[in-house]
Amino acid sequence: MSEQQYAPGTHPDLKPPIGQSGILFWLKKNLFSSPFNVLLTLVTLYVLWIIIPPTLNWAFFDAVFYADSRADCRELGGGACWAFIDKRIGQFTYGFYPVEERWRVILCFVLFLVAMLPILWDKTPARRKMLWFSLAFPVIGYWLLVGGFGLEPVETTKFGGFMLTLVIGVTGIACSMPIGIALALGRQSDMPIIRWLSTCFIEFIRGVPLITLLFVASTMLNYFLPPGTTFDLILRVLIMVTLFSSAYIAEVVRGGLQAIPKGQGEAADALGLNYGKSMRFIILPQALKISIPGIVNTFIGLFKDTTLVVIIGLLDPLGIGRASLSDIKWAGLAAEVYIFVALFFFICCFSMSRYSIYLENKLHTGHKR
Amino acid sequence: MTDATALSRPTESFSLSKLWYDKKYRSVILQMIAMAILFAAIFYLAGNAVSNLEKLGKTFGFDFLSQPAGYDINQRLIEYDSRSSHLRAGVVGLLNTILVAVCGIILATILGFALGVMRLSPNWLVNKLSYCYIEFVRNVPVLVHILLIHGVLVTTLPKAKQALNVGDQFFLSNRGLYVPKPIMEPLFYLVIATFVGGIAYAWYYRRQARIKQEKTGAQSPVFWVSVGAIIGAPIAAFLITGMPLAWEIPELKGFNFRGGLALKPEFISLWLALSLYTAAFIGEIVRSGIQAVSHGQTEAASALGLPRGRTLNLVVIPQALRVIIPPLNSNYMNITKNSSLAIAIGYMDVVATIGGISLNQTGREMECMIIVLGIYLCLSLIISSIMNWYNNRIKLVER
Repeated sequence: MSEQQYAPGTHPDLKPPIGQSGILFWLKKNLFSSPFNVLLTLVTLYVLWIIIPPTLNWAFFDAVFYADSRADCRELGGGACWAFIDKRIGQFTYGFYPVEERWRVILCFVLFLVAMLPILWDKTPARRKMLWFSLAFPVIGYWLLVGGFGLEPVETTKFGGFMLTLVIGVTGIACSMPIGIALALGRQSDMPIIRWLSTCFIEFIRGVPLITLLFVASTMLNYFLPPGTTFDLILRVLIMVTLFSSAYIAEVVRGGLQAIPKGQGEAADALGLNYGKSMRFIILPQALKISIPGIVNTFIGLFKDTTLVVIIGLLDPLGIGRASLSDIKWAGLAAEVYIFVALFFFICCFSMSRYSIYLENKLHTGHKR
Repeated sequence: MTDATALSRPTESFSLSKLWYDKKYRSVILQMIAMAILFAAIFYLAGNAVSNLEKLGKTFGFDFLSQPAGYDINQRLIEYDSRSSHLRAGVVGLLNTILVAVCGIILATILGFALGVMRLSPNWLVNKLSYCYIEFVRNVPVLVHILLIHGVLVTTLPKAKQALNVGDQFFLSNRGLYVPKPIMEPLFYLVIATFVGGIAYAWYYRRQARIKQEKTGAQSPVFWVSVGAIIGAPIAAFLITGMPLAWEIPELKGFNFRGGLALKPEFISLWLALSLYTAAFIGEIVRSGIQAVSHGQTEAASALGLPRGRTLNLVVIPQALRVIIPPLNSNYMNITKNSSLAIAIGYMDVVATIGGISLNQTGREMECMIIVLGIYLCLSLIISSIMNWYNNRIKLVER
């Protein structure tokens, strides 16, 4: 019975008691801890058993990836007919952008990623210089996509597919942020008229569906412009989408502003900072930090809402899908088309929400209760 | 002494620089500039509109609403045919909007609460299932959901001749779900009256029970009395009056069904898509709401000896609701607004009737859009005022 002696702090870790670790313990704790839990687990397993194998069969094992028409698909297998997507992937990505000019879209996309890098990731090498590029990117991107100045001009009516979604989404997101912040500050302002105007604007926009605003853009806006002006439809849509999401951003930022204790603003006043400086250095950094989850949610919502342009006749991925569904060769493939589009949106929006969580953790400086 | 007061109150002198550097003056000037810009913009836009309308030879007015609409609406709650006026078409559309919004709100709330509770389950499988559902559904646009469900329903459901038949009462085909339609006989109004009376009695009983409990501490079986009054009494009345309800059973005539109550595939897919989509959001709201109630509250309740059900009812849920209600309100508004996507699949809501076909037929873009925007503003206002009223009722009463 000689017990080995250890100096303090050098005792090796003991194994956990038997039955307190390992897979079996995990199973027992998480799935079979009580009769009710056992029942729940069994029911869930049954539901999964009903859903998953047929879905996998449909989407992968019985699916046809290469074929020339729906009839071919039917002959080759009983599952999904992805061949359709394979044939139309060019249209789904670029719309009716001229084939020989598609490299411009790719280049623009790559430059966009480069421009986003210093904004999204603060450890980018040479971040300061890169940020200048990010600032210049809108001009470069516009030039690449629309053309002119030595490039073949491409009409915006040829824009479509995922490219159109990205153009509308990114422009809307970039433009709505400053307008939204300005509206939020306006709504919190001491000046009654400014406050009243901002409130009216925000409440009006939030009270109506985006689709009606898009209808206004497509049918009514011409009446309010000087006679004879024609106005690019995509530009009109961009303006409406930007206004729409800026109202939502404004509400999110207002929530952040209201959460900042009044003492912060008073302290800034006491230091002699004027309105602009106290907002820039004291209030907004704190308010925006709290509102990040809401802002990213609004952006995700905006990105998803870009699909609505299909209703006023723009050819975003849904529009391309619907247009090609009426092709007799491929009729009846609604599920495949919409699942494909859904997957694209899922990847984009899910990564945005993950990024928001990363940002929240990074900016979390320990004031959280 | 006079010197001191003079020092402490500098003489008010006015200089031009004050207009910008004095906060008081500056705010007045800024507001005046804002008003000037606003009015200038309004005059400019209105002037353009007037000259454009003149050029096109159009007038502004709502008299077109009384003209016959000339188009058909397949899903309708009130009588309507193609000879009815545009106004009536608009009302039919508005009722359709309200129908799908109310149905969607109910289903989304039920599903959402279920998802939220599942998300908090200690059972790993249930928890992760709910998580996957929420993440997959809310990261995909609602329009894709609507089109996907509609596409799948229309392509997979059988034709009317081979409709799925459940007991010769329910028929499911690509023309929609046909269910027996209740036809009320006069005595049925007695049952409805009993139902209304039951609600009133339950409310009265609850009040009395609360007063009694505050006075004596004795508790009354509020729940069971309410169930009896609201559900039991009407059933009893229904049986006593001799079941005054006939059912009109749908029948296959030619290529489609006649009679019965029809739920068109457009309605079903819109309803399902809106509910499934919004349920994901509501699930997250419910989860965060319940998690916001600190564990100390539950512990304190069990220290007081409250059983688990009462802890939930009296401690956790009232506090969680305070967190849940405001975002729930905006999700209800979202359902109402998203129902306007009906136009993508041909469900005739208010945007599709007044803002769609009527607009195209009459060419009255401005009037139609004003009506549609106004209707949505009113609906949003109504929903948010109902939810605000409820929110104020359950709000924390502070000193």
